Amino acid sequence: MRHALKIKPNHVTVLAAVLVASATAPGAGRDGTAVTAPAMISLQPHPFYYRPAGEFTHDGKPVNAPARLLRPAKVLTIMAHQVTGADYQRCVLDHACTATSSGAEDRPAIKINWHDANAYAAWLSRRLGATYRLPTDEEWAFAAGSRFRDDALPDGAIDLAQRWLQRYEVEADRDEVIDNEPHAIGSYGANEYGVLDLAGNVWEWTNTCFVHQTLNATRPTSILNCGIRVVEGRHRAYMTDFIRDPSGGGCAVGKPPSNLGFRLVRENGLWDWLQSIIAPELSVIRTEGDSS
Amino acid sequence: MNKRIQHFISTPPPCLTTVGISAALAAFLFAAPALSAGELDLPRERVALVAPPFVHPHEQATKQGPKVIQFRMAVEEKRVVIDDEGTTLQAMTFNGTIPGPMMVVHEGDYVELTLVNPSTNNLVHNIDFHAATGALGGGSLTLVNPGEQVVLRFKATRTGVFIYHCAPGGGMIPWHVVSGMSGAIMVLPRGGLADRAGNPLHYDRVYYIGENDFYVPRDEQGKFKSYGSAGEAYADTVEVMRKLIPTHVVFNGKVGALTGKNALTAKVGETVLIVHSEANRDSRPHLIGGHGDYVWETGKFSNPPETDLETWFIRGGSAGAALYTFRQPGIYAYLTHNLIEAVELGATAHFKVEGAWNDDLMTQVKPPEPIPSDTRDTLQPSANGVIGHY
Repeated sequence: MRHALKIKPNHVTVLAAVLVASATAPGAGRDGTAVTAPAMISLQPHPFYYRPAGEFTHDGKPVNAPARLLRPAKVLTIMAHQVTGADYQRCVLDHACTATSSGAEDRPAIKINWHDANAYAAWLSRRLGATYRLPTDEEWAFAAGSRFRDDALPDGAIDLAQRWLQRYEVEADRDEVIDNEPHAIGSYGANEYGVLDLAGNVWEWTNTCFVHQTLNATRPTSILNCGIRVVEGRHRAYMTDFIRDPSGGGCAVGKPPSNLGFRLVRENGLWDWLQSIIAPELSVIRTEGDSS
Repeated sequence: MNKRIQHFISTPPPCLTTVGISAALAAFLFAAPALSAGELDLPRERVALVAPPFVHPHEQATKQGPKVIQFRMAVEEKRVVIDDEGTTLQAMTFNGTIPGPMMVVHEGDYVELTLVNPSTNNLVHNIDFHAATGALGGGSLTLVNPGEQVVLRFKATRTGVFIYHCAPGGGMIPWHVVSGMSGAIMVLPRGGLADRAGNPLHYDRVYYIGENDFYVPRDEQGKFKSYGSAGEAYADTVEVMRKLIPTHVVFNGKVGALTGKNALTAKVGETVLIVHSEANRDSRPHLIGGHGDYVWETGKFSNPPETDLETWFIRGGSAGAALYTFRQPGIYAYLTHNLIEAVELGATAHFKVEGAWNDDLMTQVKPPEPIPSDTRDTLQPSANGVIGHY
């Protein structure tokens, strides 16, 4: 039950997958090895519908977050695939990341909490002399394109108990058999932008905090809880930032996220705005790096 | 007799040498003076058993007299998946389910069970009914090799919920039980259930929740091991058992078995009887958001029920029963209130209850909102109430 909530651009052609090994100047780490820049895909901005993450209530009753039309103004450069076990291991060897059981070399790094992901981003930024960070939930939703799953519940039932029962049914439907073993990069295929393995069996951290917004007309309020971050994958989830291994049980139902991993975006400063002017008709304006 | 010896030699289970011979001898000794089957001048009724958590149709209060109730169960040794990670168990089951099905009879009825051990199985099995009297609960009279069946009849003289389980002798006893081989029987008073004053209590639905503790060995990397047969698993499993810490504590044989699409259902205003058994280990059931209106904690209806309980106690090796009339709609969790076992090891079931909300019993006077600031508070919210920052 996915809803494509974005306006499709006229040209959805993807550049031919010419894999150019990027020659960003790597510095030698403590283990003496160089760090190669990751494979990135640069996406042209276009308006898209986005339903914010968090809890939204109206007069105490839970409601769906309103879907808004977002108009991003700059190019988004995002990793073609999730950070791998091998990638993460280089950060560990450089004494900049905590060693977690992060998965096999050629598979996505898993058992990663939000702090681990940020530590990796900070390390990669230092080593490559660029700004890498976790995407916001909006950026992830944009890059996910048709693989983004809307989390709105059917409208109408505002009775609290009915809402609980409704949510239970939605979550109970998530009992499809997903194997928890992370698979080789590319196993879940690419979306229309060439971004790999979205909505597979690895949920990805974003930097977006959980928010509780009340939508009362008289006095709307908003409380952020940045101890909980939004994670995205087959469905949207909220995860306490120090959790490495999500599990269900208790009142939770349906399968929780199988694994926690991540991918990063790169900020290119002014270049992000300039790029958007160069080739506005293309949705993917560049791919770079070795995404094998 | 020759056939029996043939089976004996061809499939030598580990404990038969100590128990099997004496069982045959016991059967011989008891057979002579007792009534042979069929001599009771009572009506007979054949009842088809139903997989848990459901229970076969039955009367509560009954105007009928005592009967011989005939049941049939076949033992099935099978590999089952017990959690969402795909962990397997070489299980032993009554009728293919963990727990085995619940039987319901009335005080004074005779339970006549045909217990079948198909030749596809590898092990000797039997049954011990805690509701029965003598012969190790029927265990000495029901040992069956693969390829054999036996018929046991016992008189249901005491009312209550009782467990039954396999107990083939020696080290086999705990192993078969923690491999899934237990179930329950309910013996109702002829007038149905009643409270302390003798007022009748009636249930609209009954659910049977069998709780099992499993002990699955792990390899050097800490992953659960898988085995080709129960026999191959035996030595490693006993090592884990002896530490007395289960790796899984589950309802209805698997983590999450009574949740999601298989959640239990009820309506506001309905009265539900929840029968809970644990054949090996203590448990403390709790209905989150509800209570035990009437609880026969020790499971025996000759004792008046306790009332208004938050949490009750099922002694390992017994069954108990709790009666509750739902008063609010929504989701309830029914779990053991060792919350580690409930959440980490799997001992949780869910109820989905439809109906109208009762504001008098509970209401959210003010929904969650930012704490109002006073003039001394330095964290002033901005105009739209946003506190905090990205």
